[in-house]
Order: sequence, then structure tokens, then C-alpha cells
Amino acid sequence: MTEILRQARSILVSLRLTVVLLAVSIVLIFWATLDQVHLGVWAVQQKFFHSFFVFVRLGDLQVPVYPGGYLIGGLLLANLVCAHAYRFKAGWRKTGIWMAHIGLIMLLVGEIVSGLVQEDYQMRLDEGETKNYSESVRLNELAIVDETDPRFDDVVAIPESILADGTVLQVPRLPFRVVPREYYPNSTLQMRSQAPGAPPSIANQGLGPQIAVTPAEVTYRQDERNTPAAFVELVGPDGSLGVWVVSPLLGMPQRFQCAGRSFRMAMRAQRHYVPYSVTLEKFSHDIYPGTDIPKNFSSRVRLNPPEGGPGREILIYMNNPLRYAGLTYYQASYDGEHTTILQVVRNPSWLVPYIACGAIALGLVIQFLIHLAGFARRRPS
Amino acid sequence: MTRSMPLLAVAVAAACVLLGFFTRPGGQTDAVTAFGRLPVLAEGRIKPLDSVARSTLLVIQGYQDVTTPGGTELSPDEWLLDVFFSPEKADTYRVFEVDNQDLLSLLGRNEADLSIQRMSFGEIAPHIADIEAQEKLAEPVDAQSRTRFQSSVVQLYGNLVHYLRLRRAFAPDGTADFLTELLNLQGGLADGVAAVRAKEAGKPHDEARAAAMITEGQRFMEMGEATDLLAIPPDEGAGDPGAWNNAGHALLETFGQGYVNPSVLAYAGMGYAWRQNEPESFGHIVQMYGNSLAARYGAQVRKARVETIFNAAAPFYAGMWIFLAAFFFAAVSWIRWPEAARLSAWGLVALGWAVLTAGIATRMWLEGRPPVTNLYSSALFIGWGSVALCLVLESAFKNAIGTAAAGMIGFATLLIAHHLALAGDTLEMMRAVLDSNFWLGTHVVVVTTGYASTFLAGMLAVIYVLRGVFTRTLDKATADSLARMVYGIVCFATLFSFVGTTLGGIWADQSWGRFWGWDPKENGALIIVIWNALILHARWGGLVRQRGLMCLAIFGNIVTSWSWFGTNMLGIGLHSYGFTEAAFWWLSAFIALQLALIALANLPLEKWRSFRTA
Repeated sequence: MTEILRQARSILVSLRLTVVLLAVSIVLIFWATLDQVHLGVWAVQQKFFHSFFVFVRLGDLQVPVYPGGYLIGGLLLANLVCAHAYRFKAGWRKTGIWMAHIGLIMLLVGEIVSGLVQEDYQMRLDEGETKNYSESVRLNELAIVDETDPRFDDVVAIPESILADGTVLQVPRLPFRVVPREYYPNSTLQMRSQAPGAPPSIANQGLGPQIAVTPAEVTYRQDERNTPAAFVELVGPDGSLGVWVVSPLLGMPQRFQCAGRSFRMAMRAQRHYVPYSVTLEKFSHDIYPGTDIPKNFSSRVRLNPPEGGPGREILIYMNNPLRYAGLTYYQASYDGEHTTILQVVRNPSWLVPYIACGAIALGLVIQFLIHLAGFARRRPS
Repeated sequence: MTRSMPLLAVAVAAACVLLGFFTRPGGQTDAVTAFGRLPVLAEGRIKPLDSVARSTLLVIQGYQDVTTPGGTELSPDEWLLDVFFSPEKADTYRVFEVDNQDLLSLLGRNEADLSIQRMSFGEIAPHIADIEAQEKLAEPVDAQSRTRFQSSVVQLYGNLVHYLRLRRAFAPDGTADFLTELLNLQGGLADGVAAVRAKEAGKPHDEARAAAMITEGQRFMEMGEATDLLAIPPDEGAGDPGAWNNAGHALLETFGQGYVNPSVLAYAGMGYAWRQNEPESFGHIVQMYGNSLAARYGAQVRKARVETIFNAAAPFYAGMWIFLAAFFFAAVSWIRWPEAARLSAWGLVALGWAVLTAGIATRMWLEGRPPVTNLYSSALFIGWGSVALCLVLESAFKNAIGTAAAGMIGFATLLIAHHLALAGDTLEMMRAVLDSNFWLGTHVVVVTTGYASTFLAGMLAVIYVLRGVFTRTLDKATADSLARMVYGIVCFATLFSFVGTTLGGIWADQSWGRFWGWDPKENGALIIVIWNALILHARWGGLVRQRGLMCLAIFGNIVTSWSWFGTNMLGIGLHSYGFTEAAFWWLSAFIALQLALIALANLPLEKWRSFRTA
């Protein structure tokens, strides 16, 4: 038994394992890079890096065929920690190696953490517009808003995943249950009048009867967005209120009454609210004369703090983001002459890679200098 | 003889380089050279007309010189003059490369003459409607999933548009004598404008004059729409010195300001003189116009002048042959004249590196940017960095290995750069997202140095294998010193590729809010870092010895070339096209060659000529 343990330990601390894992990781990254053409970068990250195994579809089965990023990263981490713990020897000649590897551990852990906690949104602002929320690029939600009281809106936001699972939802703030009947992750909508051959819709309320929904293939391309559609039935205490069709493509909310209260309902990009708001004062955008190559673009925004007051003015441009209250606003893109698109990122561990890479780089420099000194001394004259 | 060999070799090479500065391309006259130096604003930057001519020719036909149907050789500047001012002649020059059989048959070629892949505008013109129709069909298709025919059509259409925009830069289509037209306009301008004003106010007027004015205005308007060459500088004392205009739009202002724009008149004058074949008055007008520009745009005119000289001297092309010669001398030194040939190689590498340094420095000055801004300049810089490292190695080891590697890498990278230049202007403007001299100067330079050193380690390993297997020159001392070199360079490469990749992560975090995004180019750089780390760990762990180290280093060539070029070709698969297809083929050939070398390295030792104990 101890023999087996000893063998396991000697494998775990061996450089052979390191080399094998490095080779395995190169193959993983290479394969993932090639697969990006089909899957797009986000799906590739889920499939290859944020996973323990890479699954390949064989017939109807998903078969794990290759270790994923978490497994390789975890093993490398274990190998690294064990090897250093096992072979620890004090001495200045190894300082560089030590620093580099401690930095590497930080980098691996930090990357796993940021993969788990980082959130990405977009904020799209026209000149003069003010928003206190940003929107998800990929995820949608079904917002049911109780607008009975004119002084405020009472919002219930249902994530897209619940509609996809078909879970029946009952919450105390709504006088009805929400029953997802059908859900398409990507779809196109047409006016029924323009699609005479479309099969009859199960929707009988709101815009539903006039709209023909066609399911579409899910897209993974970075420049395209899935536009889901769902049929939801609302069931009150006295029976069904009817079936509505909802989709971000509809562009406007549908209103209805229930139990003496007025509601509006819409499927929209998932929102992330903040206690302050951002106003776009001016968007500027230059191109090089005689070309359509963008030279620069920048957004002058006003940040209106939660406590009120005049707020402050900030210029966001390429490589110069605004960091505020744990969120970072980047100049990402634009739409026409007067609309800016800001990337909004929450990443509490954003400093980790800076520190880790600093440590590794310094460690490598130290080690390289030590080697160089030795090399220069040994060099045949 | 052997003693003077180094001096002789370097002197001959240096003379060849210097000659480039003093010979005029194609023996053109001073006036034509001066014309080539006139600055214009094109593709977002102020550059000499000479550069416009050269980059256009590179894009549409793949090289810079033109042969007329009569067999006369034209320099790029002379060709551009004909395009501007004698379009009926220029239309007969076969400058459009059409390399697709289907496209050739669309252009009316029959089976027999499909092999002639160059056509003139005149030959293509009758089929323009067909090309336009096919282009409209192909254009919406993703560039990466186009068939060869589709991409050829899109490319040819783009080239035709480019050509027509130049042809219409200074005169409306089909105008034989634009100068006289403008002078007549100038003469009758006051009366004409008065007539138009009266007509608009509903008062009695000279109908013919007013109509002539309006027709003229429409012609200028069309002219302005038909070109994108901003050749006309803003008026003296104008607010924005960057607000260059094209000739048509500048002429439209004639009616408001009461005189014809003098710069347009100057170009019309040059055109008249060029057409009438009056070299003296042509030279005179070019000189007057050049002087008036120099007074107002001193800095730009100076830059345009330097760029023209730089274009003609083609230092990188000269450098390419110098490096090839250096490799030759280094290889010779292993067989004969060890000292003389080695020193010759060293001298040539040093000269090549000096030429490369001067060339890169000139580009940096012209552009006001750090050395690496696009794929083309990355090739130059990889060559520069590797050769610099080789010079250090050679001064330490003095065994011609550093110079041989320098010769190989210098030649290869400059050859690659030479072909990358076919994509157009290599001093292109930076897109907004990349517009940061700080990050271009740090991340890009460091990561490119990482690429360069990984290649160098691979090349040294190639020398080890070739010398060991095919010659008896790889003795133990040489083998050991090669192993030490490779190890040292891999350490260096690990450091630089890691730091460079990290700096890229920081840049990405600063501009997009993510340190790492698994983007193909990022992955490519990461794979290089991991590969170098793998080599080091395999060696530390005793998993590989000398030959194993060499094999890993050669495989590093594959890894690096894939990261450098392969990541740009993703998704081409079966539907590859044009340059990328050629590049894909070359990349595959390169990878196959490296694999063959690795196989060679794994021959049993008794098959190695150097290690055979017989």
C-alpha cells in the first residue's frame, strides 16, 4: 500500500507529469482555437476551458474524449504545489523559479475565479439618454411589470432559463401563475398577414394571434445575437387568462389587466440595475480622411451619483475606461453618429493577473540573469 | 586572396545597397521623379504619389514595373502619369492580374489563351457589367467562405474601382484638354456666375452662359464623387491643415470664391504638358507646384521626399540578398577557409542588420509609430530581432553558427515581408482599437521578440541536425556549444513570449475589460509560451538530451509559424483564396519540412555522418 502511495507521490511531484500536462494543454488550446470557427468564442470557452472534460457527440451520446481546462489546470496546480512543497530547498539560486511559480499558481487560480464571478453587460446610450442599468449580451428575461401605482413600477424578472426548462412559476407578487408552454432559443417573427402559410399559433392574447413565430438555428457567431421566443400562459385563480407570445423582437410591451391591477409584459435583454445612472452627453467619432477606417471614438458621459447632486463628467475612450463602484465601463463600439455602446464588466479579481504576471515576469528575469551570469562564466574563451 | 575576402564581400554588398539610393527607377527624368514626390492624402495619410503608384501596382498586378504593349518599360511614376493624364494609353497596359480560369472565361478568354493572366483595362472594359453583376452576388458572402471564383471577382472589381478612381482623379472621363476648359472657365467666371444668379432670381440673363456654368458644376460634382484621392491641399490660411480635398470638390468651390483652385490648375497644366509630350514645361510646372507646397507643408514634403527615396532604394529587398550571401559564406566556412569565410559572413550579417535597422528606423520616423504595427512590420522586426541575437551569439562563440542562422532567418523573414507587401500600403493607418503607441511599443515589440527568439532556437537546431546528419563538421565541441545556444535562446524566448503575452493581457484588460479572452491570436501566443516552458521542463527533468532538445526546438518552429500566420487563416478550409491560400500552402510546406527534419534528427546515431565512428 505504501508502495502505491509512494509511486503516486513520485508521479505527482515529477517533472514528467508537468511536461505531459503542458503538452496536453497545448493540444487542448489548439483544438479549441480551431473549433472557434464553428462555435464562436463563448461556446468554446464553455466546452473546452470551463469544463472538466471535452465532450464530443457520438450518435445521441455525449462522450468525454479529452480532459478539459479545469482538469488540466487543476492537475497542473496540484503538480506545481506538490513538487515545490516536496523539493523545497532554501537558497537564492531558486528565487526566480519560486517567484515565477507562485505567480503561476495565482494566475491559474485567478483565471478560474474570474471565470466564475466575472459578469459582462453592455450599455447602449443615445446622446442625451440616461440609464441606470446595463444589459446582458446573451441572456434575456421575461419582465412582468405591475404598473398599477403610477408612482413606481413593480418588476418581476424571470430568467430565460426558467422559460427554457418549462418550470411553472408562482410568486407572491403576481396574482397569477406563469406557465411556459413553448420556447425557442432562436427565432424569427413575421406578421401573420405576410406569412399566410404559417401554422396556427397557440397564442390567443395580446399581439399573439397576429404573429407567426418560426424557430431558427441557434447562432454562435460573435456578431450575431439569438432572439428567443416563448409562449407563456398566465393562469389566475379562476382559470387561464390566455396565452401570450413574447420575444425581444416584438419591440414593445403587451399590456393586460388581472385582479384589478394593470400589468405590462415583455421579453428583453437581461438587465443589471445600479443605484446611480449614466448620461451620454456627447459621442464623438473620427475616421481617417478619405477612408472608412475609424481613427478614434469616445463618449463624454455624466455620472449621476445615488445621493444626487450634479455628478461628474468623464471621457471614456479606447484604453481609458471608467471604473466606478466595482464596475468598469469601456468604449466598445458605436451605432451611427450619436449612439455609443459601452461594455460593462464586473470582475472583482481583475487585479490578480496583474500581480501574478508581475511576479512571474520578475521571477523569470531574475532566473534568466542568474543563468546568463553562469553562461558567461562557463563560456569557452 | 582569402585574407581580403571579408572586406571584398562587405564592400561589394555595401556598394549594391548604396547604388539603390542613386539610381533612378527605369531611368526616368528628374521631372517625373519630382512628380512622384508630390504629397497627396490617400488612405488616411499624406504620402508621395510615388507610393500611391507603387502600392496600387502591387495590389493589382503583384509587382511594380509596367511594360507597355510596345515593349517600353515604365516606372511606377510614369505609369501613374499615364493613368492620370493619358488614360487612353494607360488603358492598354496589361496591369490587371486575373488568376482564376472561370473569371478569365467570363472576360471572354477562350481555352487557347487562358494561360495569359494579365489584362488591360481596355480588354476588361466590355465585360464590366458582367463583373459588376457577379460581384454583387459574391460580395454578401463572408470573405472566408467565398469560392475562388467569388473572391477573384470581388478582388478584380475592387482593383477596377481603384484604377478608375485614380483615372478620374484630375479630369473627368473622356476629357482631352482639361486645362483649356479650366482656363476658359476662369476667363468667363464673373459673367457666368452673374448669369446663374440672375437666372435664380428670375431676372433676364444670358441663358447659354448660365447653362454652361451649371453643366460645369455638375461635371465637377461627378468628378468629386468618382475619386478618393485627396490631392488638393487646403487653401492657404484655411483652418484645418488636414482638410485635403479631391480635385472635383475643390473645383466646386470655384463658383463661390471666384477663381479656379490653383493646385487643380497646376495638375491640369502638368496633364497638358504630359499629353503634349513637352517635358520642359512639364518639369517647370511640377517644380513650381512643388516649391509652393514646400513653403506651406515643409514637414510633409520632406517626409514624402524621404519616402520616395526609400521606395526606390528598397533596402529590405537588398537586405534579403545580403543575408542569403551571409548564409552562403557561413556554410562555406565549415568546409573551407574557416576564418576568412566566417569573417565575411559576420561582416555581411552586420551590414544586413545595419540596413534593416536603418529601414525600420525610417519607417518608424515616417509613421511616428513603434516598429511593429501590422503583419508586414512584424516580419521585418522578427528578422531584426533574430539577427541581433545571432550577432550576440556569434561574437560569443565565433563558429559561424550565429551568422548562418542569421542568414537563414534574415533571408526568410525579408522574403515573407516582400510577399506581405503585396497587400497594399505597408504604412497603413492604425484602427482606433490599436491606436496606442504605448502598447504597440511594449506588448507588440516584446511578443514579437519572443517569436523571433523561438524561431532562432529552431533554426539553430536545424543547423545542428543538417550538419550532424549530412556533414562531418559537427564535432563534440560544436554540438555542445549548439546545445548551449539553443538552451539559452529558449530561456530568452520563454521570458519574452511570456512577458509579451502578459502585456497583451493587460492591454486587453485596459481596453475591453478582460485579461484573457481565448481569442485565436492570444491562444497562439499562449501556445508558444507553454511550448517553451515544456522544452525547459523536459530538459530540467532529464526527459530529453541533446537531440531531444533539438527536436523540441524544431517543433517550436511549427508552433511559432502557426501562431504567426495560421491563426490569421482560421476558417479558410476548402474555400481558401488569393494570398491566404498561397500562404496556407507555404505554411503547410514549412510544417512538413520541419517534421521531416525532426524525423531526420531521430535517425540512429550511426547514420549521422558526424557521429559515425568508422
